[in-house]
Amino acid sequence: QGKFTLLRDTRTDGSFLVHHFLSFYLRAGCKVCFVALLQSFSHYNIVAQKLGVNLTAAKERGQLVFLEGLKSCLDLLFGEEEEQSGQPSPLQFISESASNLKALFDFVRTSLTPAGSDSWKGPVLLVDDLSVLLSLGATPVAVLDFIHYCRVAVCSQLKGNIVVLVHSNEDSEDEENELVVNSLCHHSDLILWVEGLATGFCKDVHGQIKIIRRVSLELTAEHDHVQIYQYKIQDKNVTFFARGLSAAVL
Amino acid sequence: LVFTEEDKYGLYSNLLFKYFLAEGVVCGHDLFVASAKEHPDHILKELPAPLLDDTYRNELGEEATAVKSEDFQDSMKIAWRYQNLPKMEASPTTSTKLGHYYDVSKTMSPELFQSIKWHSFYLHEELSLQPKMKTCNMNSAYARLLQSIQRIIYQEGFDGSDPQKKQKNILRIGIQSLGSVLWGDDICISDTPEDINSLTKFMYILRGLLRKSLSACIITVPAHLIQNKAIMERVTNLSDMVVGLESFIGSERETNPLYKDYHGLVHVHQIPRLNSLICDVSDTKDLAFRLKRKLFTIERLHLPPDLSDTVSRASKQDLAESAKLLSSGCGAMAIGKKHLDF
Repeated sequence: QGKFTLLRDTRTDGSFLVHHFLSFYLRAGCKVCFVALLQSFSHYNIVAQKLGVNLTAAKERGQLVFLEGLKSCLDLLFGEEEEQSGQPSPLQFISESASNLKALFDFVRTSLTPAGSDSWKGPVLLVDDLSVLLSLGATPVAVLDFIHYCRVAVCSQLKGNIVVLVHSNEDSEDEENELVVNSLCHHSDLILWVEGLATGFCKDVHGQIKIIRRVSLELTAEHDHVQIYQYKIQDKNVTFFARGLSAAVL
Repeated sequence: LVFTEEDKYGLYSNLLFKYFLAEGVVCGHDLFVASAKEHPDHILKELPAPLLDDTYRNELGEEATAVKSEDFQDSMKIAWRYQNLPKMEASPTTSTKLGHYYDVSKTMSPELFQSIKWHSFYLHEELSLQPKMKTCNMNSAYARLLQSIQRIIYQEGFDGSDPQKKQKNILRIGIQSLGSVLWGDDICISDTPEDINSLTKFMYILRGLLRKSLSACIITVPAHLIQNKAIMERVTNLSDMVVGLESFIGSERETNPLYKDYHGLVHVHQIPRLNSLICDVSDTKDLAFRLKRKLFTIERLHLPPDLSDTVSRASKQDLAESAKLLSSGCGAMAIGKKHLDF
């Protein structure tokens, strides 16, 4: 409850973790607000079906609030004036000169604030992925502010969880992105860091995942617990194993 | 959304661009060609002609049989464990019938164009029109291009907005040399461009348009000119497939004996992972291309065996250094820095 999990990927694609968390929280009965900036709804829907969850049904019963970034952006830019409802678009920072993500935050807060009839367990905010906001013109400070506001609203006030995906690279020249990622790392309770193998590309081991539990944040003078596993992604699930013990080797 | 990094002189990426469009013509898809450099009519006149199946199959068949008859009966004596491994397949076999083959030395005949509808966007002709969409601080050339694409998608019903239209067709969009100075963007000139987000915003909106409609798009970008590498990283994230072409013209690799059969390397930086947890990863990532008189082929880069022992030590060292530059994972071909001298 009230945890901030950071999904971080380097040299590989960590989106399988996003799919996992989405189906995990939906199956657990939580109310999920999914800010999907990079892919379309049908992509997530098809993968979720392989994992045993139906996103369309979840949307209809009100358990899932889905913000499809790509579609929302198109509606904002190409939409007719009459089509706009009373509420401003959550992504309106794209068309305005002010780099202010307040509309997006308001959207998140209204979707996760429990209505009287809701019976869902804790709210969850899922973001895929945060680095796209920088590409769309938001400043790093605006992005960090947005996350901060979300933490206050979702983690502290509503006792919910937040899961955010970011991309990072070693020797990255994208300083703004590195700034956001480093800052988020310091504030996260749990970091799942997915990396491509340092030795290069391999068919049987797709990468390694580092699980960092930030125990040091609890002020008990302990260091963070770090666990490292390797993984292979298959069509319907992901297998994890200890380093060097891939099925191809044994 | 296929993102192609151009090679230094743009020769080979242009070829790839034309292949994409030519495939569209042969398959009966609609085309949308945008360029700031050449008039799209010229581009379309230079598309390669498709090869009829029989002639190509014969050519490829001849080559394959020639190779087979040579080492038919050689059984290995020392490295006999390798005998059981399948022979190295350099080029795709004719059994996979995906796509068509093209003859680069001939241009496509105009009759093939009759059946398809094509739209063009030549920047210098469109400058007079004012964009109607909210430009949101984006470069106005990009804004006009996006508006034009959106208009075509909507009018021709590629986004399913017209339920009357029974036949569903695909729109193939080709955009040439995006990000270059000709589009009014200064990311190729300076390290701190005026609007660093123009290209990325464009890519995001284009991605949205593609996801919403039945279309596919190829973009070529002079990546070697873009000063600010952060932009390249962001753009890679926003694309589905990223391919880079590195030609050997004018670089030191031209004379490298490793690469003597090829004209350049193909770097596949990213492959699409759509609608599934996994992506279709091929066995090897080292690909090279060569332009023969009639064909442009992409093959696995395989090194010739290092047989000569009269070569001086200096050049052997060079070979080893170059071999190290190949992305690791090409397991069968790892040549270490220290040669074992027997």
